[in-house]
Parts: sequence; C-alpha cells; structure tokens
Amino acid sequence: MTEKTPLLTVTDLSVVFPSSKGDVCAVNRVSFAMGREKIGIVGESGSGKSVTGRAVLRLLPPYARVRASEVTFKGRNLLTYSEKQMRKIRGMEISMVMQDPKYSLNPVRTVGEQIREAYTIHHKAGKKQARQKTLDMLKAVRIRNPEQVYGLYPHEVSGGMGQRIMIAMMLIPEPSLLIADEPTSALDVTVQLQVLAILDDLVSERGMGLIFISHDLALVSSFCDRVIIMYGGQIMEVVDAGDLHKSEHPYTKGLLSCLPKIDGTQDHLPTLVRDDAWLKPVSERANGAAAS
Amino acid sequence: MIIVEHLNLFFGHGQTRNHAVKDVGFIVEKGDSFGLVGESGSGKSTVLNCISGLLTHWTGRMEIDGVGLTHKRNMAFCRKVQMVFQDPYGSLHPRHTIDRTLKEPVKIHRLGDANRRVARVLDEVGLGAKFRFRFPHQLSGGQRQRVAVARALILDPEIILFDEPTSALDVSIQAELLNLLQDIRREKKLTYILVSHDLAVVSHMCNTLMVMNRGKTVETITRDQLKNGAIQEKYTKQLLVAGKGYDRTAIDQFQDFR
Repeated sequence: MTEKTPLLTVTDLSVVFPSSKGDVCAVNRVSFAMGREKIGIVGESGSGKSVTGRAVLRLLPPYARVRASEVTFKGRNLLTYSEKQMRKIRGMEISMVMQDPKYSLNPVRTVGEQIREAYTIHHKAGKKQARQKTLDMLKAVRIRNPEQVYGLYPHEVSGGMGQRIMIAMMLIPEPSLLIADEPTSALDVTVQLQVLAILDDLVSERGMGLIFISHDLALVSSFCDRVIIMYGGQIMEVVDAGDLHKSEHPYTKGLLSCLPKIDGTQDHLPTLVRDDAWLKPVSERANGAAAS
Repeated sequence: MIIVEHLNLFFGHGQTRNHAVKDVGFIVEKGDSFGLVGESGSGKSTVLNCISGLLTHWTGRMEIDGVGLTHKRNMAFCRKVQMVFQDPYGSLHPRHTIDRTLKEPVKIHRLGDANRRVARVLDEVGLGAKFRFRFPHQLSGGQRQRVAVARALILDPEIILFDEPTSALDVSIQAELLNLLQDIRREKKLTYILVSHDLAVVSHMCNTLMVMNRGKTVETITRDQLKNGAIQEKYTKQLLVAGKGYDRTAIDQFQDFR
C-alpha cells in the first residue's frame, strides 16, 4: 500500500489572502510528496491545513493568491491546467469530503440523485445502471437499507449517515486521491470511528491515496501512516505516525502533552508555549511573486 | 448539595413525543465537581438546562442545599447558580463591549460597585484590564470563553454549570481554560457540574461522573473506577475504547446501544 510512487507532489506552495490590514500568508512554502498512502495534516485553527487541501484542488476564492513551484498529480502538472481541465480532475481524479454533510448536500434533492449525478458526470451510463451503481456504493459505505436511503432528503438522515453519503458520493467516480477535510469532527466518538473504518477499508481496497485533515492529533496518529504537523501556515515536521510520541519538535510535544488523559492526574495540564523561532520568515519569493 | 431525583422530560406531542430525559437522578456534594458524559442526544445538556431553569416543563424533584426547586426560579437562585455555554461566539452580545456584558448581571441584581467587580473578575480569568472595552469580535475563541466564565463569576455564585465549555476550542487553548477552571474551583470552593462528550476532559475535571445514553443513566462511576477500568456497563467500556483512537479490530465489535 505504501509503495512510494509519488501520486501527488507539492513544492513551495504559498497562499496569500489580501486584506485591508496587509496580506495574510495563510500557507507559507509548504512542500510534501505522497504516494498511495494515508497522510494526515494536523494543526490548530488558522494553521493553514484546510487551505492547503483546497489549494491543491483550486477551490479557493478568486482573490486568494496561490503560488507554487510544483503541483504534480500522477506526473501531470496541475499548475498549467485551465479551469475546464481542472473540472475533469475534481471528482474524477481527486475528490474532497467536507466537514459538515448538512451544508455540503443539496437540501432539495434526494441523496440518491446526488450520488448518481456524481457518477454520471464522469462516466457514460444509463439511468438504470447509474442507479444500480449508486445502490452498490451505498451498500459499500455500510448503509443497511440502500433502497430506502436512496429516496431520502438530506434533512432526514443523521450526521453519521450524512457523512457516509458524502463518502459514497466522493468515491463513486473512483478517484485516486481523496482529500478529507475534518470529515468526522461533527460526529460522536463511536460513530466517528465507524465512519473512519469505512473510509479506511474503501481507501485500502481501491489503492487510493488519502489526505486526512484534522485538528485531532491523537486520532490522526492512530489512523494515518504519516503525519504532517502544521503551525502558522508552515510545516513544522513530517513524522511517521508510529514515531509521533518520540517526536522532538517542541510544538508536536506541546500539542500531545496538553491533552487531558483518563489515567492522568488532576493537576495542571502543561500549556503550549509558542515560539516565533519555529517559523521561517515569509519568503521574499512568495511575497514578490504574489505582488506581481 | 445538589439532589436530582426521578427527573423526566418530554419534548413534543403525540406520535413525535420524545422522552428526552428518563428518570435521571444523582447527588452532587458541596464543593465537588460532577461530570455528565454522553453522545449527542443522550440528554446530558437537557438535564443541565432543567437544573438551571432554562427548561420548565420537567417532572421530578430537584433540591439545592435543602431547598426544593420550583419551575420558576427567583433572583436568589440566579445569584447562586450560574451557567457557561458551549459556543463562545454565540453567547456574548456582539454589539456590547466586554465591560457592558459584565456589568449587566451586576445591574440586574443591584449589587453596586460595578467597576471594581468587573476589574476583579477580568483579573481572575486572566484577561486583565486591556480587554475591558473591547467587543467580542476583537477577541479569540479562548478569550471569549474566559469572558463567559467572568460573567458567571461576577455574581459570586456557589454553583457553576458548564455545557461543553471547551468543545469549540483548540486543544492547547482547552488546556489553558481547564487549568483556569480548576484553579477557580479550588480557590473559591465552588461546585461544578460539567457536561461533555469527552471522557478525558470529564475525568480530568471531575471526581464523579455519570454516563448517559438516550436519556437514561447508564452508570455513575468515580474517577478512580474509570482509571482502573473497573467499569460494569458495556456502553461505558465502548466509550472508553473509542476515546483511545483508531483501532480497526475494536471498531468491528462496536454495538448500537438502544
């Protein structure tokens, strides 16, 4: 599963949002390469983890200035792609699961129709065949009565089921990379793990790559193969999930130690002391290029 | 001492009637910290809302320091029991300064000496005078939650009810707020009831905790029992396993508890 043929390579990705108080550099020279593996991006709010995921798919608002020296997906340079070409990449090759199914689904159409649409946009298929494919997919995300769920509207399904529907919709065009942006943060712990198990099984079965964006370091370290830790728009370190507890970086150590533990004491939790020295200065290149 | 006995509550009517809290009871000693844990829909916040008087159509018996609670609460009750809510963005008035937000309870209860009280509570929650005349949008999530704690503290209550106080915060900010809450409780000898979905947070803050599922009490356990794993109920065990992170084999054994 973890053969290292780079599926996605990102080099020197920077995202700058202009604002009235000066430019905000949300992502600063982020580089990583991934194969068909599960990679986690962890950070606190404002660390640039979601923006990184969206920048790869070019889903940022038009005023965001995205600069990178390389975004290569399966040997194809995505930076040169037009918006029309990107539309073929989105869904078909790389797809994205968002945090809240309530806001990501169309409230006035049944979930079955919406999943079917995701399939028919990318594949030539008759109505009957597409419907059958949708039902199979619903079964694959372990929905017990797919026929019934097919006709339900988004407000009639629970959070956990909604997220499974989102996963079904994103996986039905059979992409090779899935970006999951906090896919389970709104769910209860047990449901969260069940949804992750489905995601894990499907990703392994199909030999896909997964970028899992989350704020939950403990969860990511137990779920992913490798973890990218971000702070202030920059990558602090990339560690193998198993070695996370051996990490020497003060930020990673700080994040791990400030979690309350069931077998811990009731004394003060260690708090995180932030250090500006962790951040390299916003590069001239990113700024200069953005200004042009 | 807080005593809750046979608390029942229904939402809705007829066919869609939902028995949200089913015969729940517990006792919280004075100066203790009590936790309510459960998944969404377990009724944990509803119990808290019944105690605070935000919900008035409950049946059963509740008592605080020997005085039975009626459905309508008086001013003395509000001075004694205060509440901190989950969402630091939604619980402060967006167009009132922190100063005005904090002075409002003082004015309602006619305590006087508002300026000194505001300065004191801001100090107690670690914010200091420079935040006093800011608006909520000028503060971060953690700072807003501190303001919400300050607003509860300004009336010198004996009991504070917390409804998921840290679930909207980053883990590092959560640690700072939990430390603050521990310090305040020890210093002022307050009684806490804390609602959370996070078993680790509750076990860090509370000595006794009650696990709820679908409106029912699953079990009431002490912190030591949780630590040693001396748990009777399967539901609590499952919750404990789920809190430990992703484990593919354990997930297949998860059950749906009805």
